[in-house]
Amino acid sequence: MNARFAAGDRVHVRRSESPGHVRTPEYVRGAFGVVERVCGPFANPEELAYGRDGLPARPLYRIRFRQADLWPDYNGPPLDSVEVEIYEHWLETR
Amino acid sequence: MRAHHDLGGRPAGPIDRSERELEPWEKRVDAMLRLLSAPECEIIRVDELRRAVEGLGAEAYDRLTYYERWITAIANLLIEKGVLTIDELARKIEEVRDRDGERA
Repeated sequence: MNARFAAGDRVHVRRSESPGHVRTPEYVRGAFGVVERVCGPFANPEELAYGRDGLPARPLYRIRFRQADLWPDYNGPPLDSVEVEIYEHWLETR
Repeated sequence: MRAHHDLGGRPAGPIDRSERELEPWEKRVDAMLRLLSAPECEIIRVDELRRAVEGLGAEAYDRLTYYERWITAIANLLIEKGVLTIDELARKIEEVRDRDGERA
């Protein structure tokens, strides 16, 4: 597996409105984050959910977002963050 | 568009954190999924269960409890995969209802 991104890379989550089973929560779509780590290759859950084998495996990343970037009315400390595991095909550089 | 089950960050009110013992039927539903998803048989993958739960529809998703969602989704998947027929399931449900009715 060739992971396209590395720890520390700034990435953008695709603002996709795909139907069906996806693992990318709505609240991070369209947001910018930073790769916290590469988790490794995993079978694609969007395929597994429909009885297929999910192969080839897709790189999965743990992405760190600043809370203030996700919630316009966020009142907590500016460095508060949340980490979400996201598959590579949901990520792009901008 | 946000899917109904995709609740992260939505206003939800207070969370009920009280603990309770699981009912015997809830443990059986859990055991059933473990057996159906075991590598030796793998009739249902957990991703499929999740997809089926998400596909219950907003009204059922909100009305059903956690394991009620599971058993409804498991039944739908087993019908979809041809493991059970709708008729078999319906007759069994009637049988159990009649049996429990007699006991009551």
